[in-house]
Amino acid sequence: MLIIDCPYCGRRPEIEFTHGGEAHLVRPPQPAELSDQDWAAFLYMRSNTKGIYAERWRHARGCGQFFNALRDTTTDHFLSTYKSGTPRPVVNTTPSEEGHS
Amino acid sequence: MSFRVSKGGHIDRSRSLKFTFDGKTYAGFVGDTLASALLANGVHLVARSFKYHRPRGILAAGSEEPNALITVYRDAARYTPNLRATQVELYHGLQAKSQNRWPSLRTDFGRINDQLSAFFPAGFYYKTFMWPRKAWKAVYEPIIRRAAGLGVAPTQADPDRYAQRYAHCDVLVVGSGPAGIAAAMSAASTGARVILCDENSQFGGGLLSEADHSATRIDGLMIRHWIAQAIQKLKENSRVTLLTRTTAFGYFPHNFVALSERVTDHLENPDLHLVRERLWQIRATSVILATGAIERPLVFPGNDRPGVMLAGAASTYLNRYGVKTGSRAVVVTSGDAAYTTALDLHAAGVVIDAIADLRTAPVGAWVEAAQSAGIKIIAGATVLDTQGNVRVRRIDLGQVVSGTVVKLQPINCDLVLMSGGYTPSVHLFSQSRGKVEWSDTVKSFVPGRSAECERSVGACRGIYDLSEVLTDGAATGLALASKTPISVQSASFTVKAMPIDTNPYVGALPQPDSQSSSKAFVDWQHDVTTRDLALATREGFRSIEHVKRYTTTGMATDQGKTSNLNALAIVAQTLGVPIPQVGLTTFRMPYTPTTFGAFAGISRGDLFDPVRTTATHEWAQARGAVFENVALWKRARYFPRANEDMHAAVARECLAVRHSCGIFDATTLGKIEIVGPDAAEFLNRMYVNSWSNLNVGRSRYGILLREDGFINDDGVIARLAADRFHVTTTTGGAARVLGTMEDYRQTEWPDLKVWLTSTTEHWAVIAVQGPRSRDVLQPLTDIDMSASAMPHMSVALGAICGVPTRLFRVSFTGEMGFEVNVPADYGRAIWEAIFAAGQFHGITEYGTEAMHVLRAEKGYIIIGQDTDGTVTPDDAGLTWAIGKNKLDFVGKRSLERASMKTATRKQLVGLRTPNGEVLEEGAQVTLRTGQKPPMALVGHVTSSYFSAVLGYPIALALIGGGRARLGQTLYVPMPNGDIKVEVTAPVFYDTPGARING
Amino acid sequence: MSKQPFSALSLIWRAASRHRSWQPQWRKAEPKKAYDAIIVGGGGHGLGAAYYLAKEHGLTNIAVLEKGWIGGGNTGRNTTIIRSNYLFSESAALYDHSLKLWENLSQVLNYNVMFSPRGVMMLAHTVHDVQVSKRHIHANRCNGVDNDWLEPEEAKAFCPPLNIDSNIRYPVLGAALQRRGGTARHDAVAWGYARAADAMGVDIIENCEVTGFRRDTAGAVLGVETSQGYIDSRKIGVCAAGHTSVVLQMAGVSLPLESFPLQALVSEPIKPIFPCVVMSNTIHAYISQSDKGELVIGAGTDAYTSYTQRGALHINTHTLDAICELFPHFRRLRMLRNWGGIVDVTPDRSPIIAKTPVPGLYVNCGWGTGGFKATPGSAHVFAWTMARDEPHPINAPFNIERFRDGYLIDEAAAAAVAH
Repeated sequence: MLIIDCPYCGRRPEIEFTHGGEAHLVRPPQPAELSDQDWAAFLYMRSNTKGIYAERWRHARGCGQFFNALRDTTTDHFLSTYKSGTPRPVVNTTPSEEGHS
Repeated sequence: MSFRVSKGGHIDRSRSLKFTFDGKTYAGFVGDTLASALLANGVHLVARSFKYHRPRGILAAGSEEPNALITVYRDAARYTPNLRATQVELYHGLQAKSQNRWPSLRTDFGRINDQLSAFFPAGFYYKTFMWPRKAWKAVYEPIIRRAAGLGVAPTQADPDRYAQRYAHCDVLVVGSGPAGIAAAMSAASTGARVILCDENSQFGGGLLSEADHSATRIDGLMIRHWIAQAIQKLKENSRVTLLTRTTAFGYFPHNFVALSERVTDHLENPDLHLVRERLWQIRATSVILATGAIERPLVFPGNDRPGVMLAGAASTYLNRYGVKTGSRAVVVTSGDAAYTTALDLHAAGVVIDAIADLRTAPVGAWVEAAQSAGIKIIAGATVLDTQGNVRVRRIDLGQVVSGTVVKLQPINCDLVLMSGGYTPSVHLFSQSRGKVEWSDTVKSFVPGRSAECERSVGACRGIYDLSEVLTDGAATGLALASKTPISVQSASFTVKAMPIDTNPYVGALPQPDSQSSSKAFVDWQHDVTTRDLALATREGFRSIEHVKRYTTTGMATDQGKTSNLNALAIVAQTLGVPIPQVGLTTFRMPYTPTTFGAFAGISRGDLFDPVRTTATHEWAQARGAVFENVALWKRARYFPRANEDMHAAVARECLAVRHSCGIFDATTLGKIEIVGPDAAEFLNRMYVNSWSNLNVGRSRYGILLREDGFINDDGVIARLAADRFHVTTTTGGAARVLGTMEDYRQTEWPDLKVWLTSTTEHWAVIAVQGPRSRDVLQPLTDIDMSASAMPHMSVALGAICGVPTRLFRVSFTGEMGFEVNVPADYGRAIWEAIFAAGQFHGITEYGTEAMHVLRAEKGYIIIGQDTDGTVTPDDAGLTWAIGKNKLDFVGKRSLERASMKTATRKQLVGLRTPNGEVLEEGAQVTLRTGQKPPMALVGHVTSSYFSAVLGYPIALALIGGGRARLGQTLYVPMPNGDIKVEVTAPVFYDTPGARING
Repeated sequence: MSKQPFSALSLIWRAASRHRSWQPQWRKAEPKKAYDAIIVGGGGHGLGAAYYLAKEHGLTNIAVLEKGWIGGGNTGRNTTIIRSNYLFSESAALYDHSLKLWENLSQVLNYNVMFSPRGVMMLAHTVHDVQVSKRHIHANRCNGVDNDWLEPEEAKAFCPPLNIDSNIRYPVLGAALQRRGGTARHDAVAWGYARAADAMGVDIIENCEVTGFRRDTAGAVLGVETSQGYIDSRKIGVCAAGHTSVVLQMAGVSLPLESFPLQALVSEPIKPIFPCVVMSNTIHAYISQSDKGELVIGAGTDAYTSYTQRGALHINTHTLDAICELFPHFRRLRMLRNWGGIVDVTPDRSPIIAKTPVPGLYVNCGWGTGGFKATPGSAHVFAWTMARDEPHPINAPFNIERFRDGYLIDEAAAAAVAH
């Protein structure tokens, strides 16, 4: 069970959270103007990164807030959590000596 | 008790414990394990092997034991197969039996497999049993299955209870040998919260196997006194938790470690209030692994006979349990460690016929000690074979002389003790995803780079010298607890002990060119021999994972604790590559087998999943309601009276609603309060409907799509004020819908001033439906319920029986209807008040089944029944609900795709059966009759009931191009023939809809 | 066929020489410079595709590139459930095609894959489950796929350890039973295809990781860069399961895939007690007993994407809750080993077996939690697709364009939770 650092509440166990899929995907403001291909990309295409992945979590059984996280999908260690709407932080992508998360 | 020494060890000789094994009664002492007690009684034959049914004895003294698997039982329910005798603590009256043998352990017909083993090499089953085709399942597989398996599963449900506990600590120390104790002591000295756990019944780890007469001292203390003093000191520290009989079995990300504590299995009469096991889930800031090392067996022909044992195990049995494991022993060893065993046994009166040392020129203090004790030492030794049926009686030694193996005179003995050095237990380290590294000095994999905040100390990282082990533990404990770099200066112990050259050996012992026909076992439990490994490599299985899977080496219940390294070395040697190149199989949890019940914990019966009940639950129970599970809720499905079956009850309930008045608990519907200046705009964006033009005091049926255009949820939404909406959702969709709304609100449209609150639990909802519903309710409320003041789809605030209410005029039945929302605490009282007031009007309680029939008669859909995640609003005939001038809402863009507009999409229609059959829900529909599979299917029946008010069956169906087929005859193919159906509009009753406006 | 056919006689014959005369089941091949076709991914689907390409389409200059050891991904990590009782006609056709191949696979490959049609029973616990089950049963019957409804007592007769007490939290209200469904020996499927493909000249190259693609100016594939050097091929099929996104990204192809951890576990071996496969989608329990005697139990996926091949403890705990509730006799049995795989999941939970936008590049992926059962059928139609550069009628609906156009085959949504 992961420990997730909610930007609003602090470190809490994973079972308090729901996963919200990839982060920084923005719903097109004028969907009608998109081609089927572009709309399908918004609906379904995900980077599915092997490595540092920006994802959303919701502290569903806590404050209820959505927020973003950077997690290394090869280790499941978090590099950062940050509030929705804030830019993806720049992190040191060389793996840490050990996961003091 | 001919094999028990008269004094010493950690047993209590003052109390004798009677126990049975295979029906025969024996005696042991408090402090014994089943294994030590059996050995004390001279019982070595305790099991049969998995494949060849070879007689097997006790190999080890701890959880690594591969052979001595037995069943322990108190009764038919408290019956546990596959336990290791070496871990089962003795209690008075313990009953145990052997497994996997017939008719008896001594005479096992399965032994035929051993005689035929030439035909059963590794993987033989992949090469045969293929003809005739059906025979695999009918003949071969059942035979193989019966032969396989170890113990027998219990035949009754387990009555014992299990608990779970979560804990946090600064430092978790796993293992209480010298390294673990030293680490816990120094960590605790900083004030840190420390948990120290050990799988054993006592703290001390390997130190418990030290002889009482040993000259070894720590800080001037005898070993047992040092342990006692250290544990006492830890006990006195309130920030330290000490757990014996507790195995750390799983290491998960972010320093989450799972422990299994066995609470009652060692007790003669467990207190009924005690749980049998407790699962600890520990989040540790730092973890110190002091998991020790496992003595490595030697691989030589005949190394599996009862009486062939790990040397260290013999020491443990003698020094901890006071048991001599034989009378005449030959010790085969690669290093000094087994010399201590030889000397201890010698001192206890066991004849040591020889120490067969693999080293060509063994020297040192231990060799001298053995020599001065008069023990013969054979240098450059190897083992060629052993003899004996259910107990070893002879060993055939050899000697490697300038590269060739020569035979020596056989030695008669009843005990062969072997030692190939140690294999560090890196299981948990590896589970944590730390990287192991091959060490040529340790001849094993040792912890390398850590992946978590964790350190290994002592023997589990290849440090065996007692003084170094203590220093390593103490320095690491201090560093991790105080978050400072590790400094060995921080800890000092005065240790007096003779240094030991462990000189580990890995692989098979040297053999002459003409090899013995006896099998040399690598994996005892799975009967994997050197020949099996050679065959696997010969057949092209080169990766150790392939070899493991092909030969099953390391896949037994000991997961290769004693076998993996030797297997690796043998494969590496066969392939002519260095060991690290062959790879290492992955270590997975659990470290030792862990009870299912401990994982399940209290999650059983009603606690399996939370039960949600409404305010009228007990009332409905008292009225004999039959309930159904809907999401977590219990909902009354129908209320049978006298001898009514469901159909009779539902027909009666439906007619009551149609003709007078029914009362229904609609509390489980999800409710969300949406508040704020932008509430209407928010709803506009979420739902397909227009909300800006909804007047205060009015409500509207809303449809929510997924972004892919398919119906997600529906419900009535009322506007209570310009900036306040009362939204209802389906029962199962409540949490999902709120989650979706929050997602959009927080992440897509954070600029909107709107707030969402779940009010599902806040309101009890009492639906009163039917032509007399107003008559029932009006006298109870101050709200003007007249048709002009409260038309269909309106909402009013007021009081009912003096309780504040939100009164909805809404109908899911097609009759005039109301839904009374009152604070949940008042739900039962108001329900009963309405029910009492309704008696005069014939009010009838009805359940979800009648509700389903009533709505189907009107063609109202149920999300999830008439829709299935592939249905658009147009498919469901709900295009009218879509706001005409809206540029966007969730899912709108998807509806514009060509596939969403084809004429052949499945559309909701009604079906009638001219011959009066009630269709089965889920039945398929075809255009033509008399088809054979695979048929061209055009749709399926989603809802089907007998309508009491209409007097005939009705059904709803999703049919391709359905709305263009009104009046057509289609077919529902059933096993016994096609049923003719006529396509109709989905509304069956009161098509004009007059009744709703009464 | 292999030069060393497998049979009881051959076992007895070679026992005389202590089995010293057995040859490798597949050669340790070194990569050639060029191949007519390359399969990326040496799991059951990839090895099977190579086999059918060689067997049915005459392409024998083929290589299977595996970054680790063959069968080491999801082929060797699944709970081996085989069934074909899917709802939609497209799915039923695909999975039943596979099931029919399973029925003769041991004989065809001359390798005992231990296909055991012991029956797969899917439990219904709620009124809604019953509706969904019956919809499946009717659809399956009309599609020629066997699937029978069992009342609780009948379900217990078929699987005696099953608890059908009506007082448990989610009582068993009935079950859908596919008698032709069952289990097989997962490793044997990989090895059997490998051996049979090798015998026809297919090169199986292990420890060979694809690190890039070369494409011509028109975008078509020319070959792959690998850890063992560049290999030329104008026809490349990717069967990389959880790593499909990673591989295809090198060729500039994006697919609607996400990779999740999926766990499974086994108990210690016990004598035969469990005669069939039981699945409960509602309370997440999937269980059968292996020939060795272990109870083989499937757990759910974790909530988050991951490539770690491990999941969280609470996922296992949740599954064992359900197992102990349905089979209370098993509460005292013990977990022997738990492991994880990486499953690639599509938005509609149906696979993609298709041409990609890149000429010469084909993909077989998105099997989610249920790919093992499809191994022979998927491999068969994928080989067809690669050989003819057009889909077999069975896999035509499982294209990539369906996500753009909205023609989803949504097995998961169709079983959606209701009310």
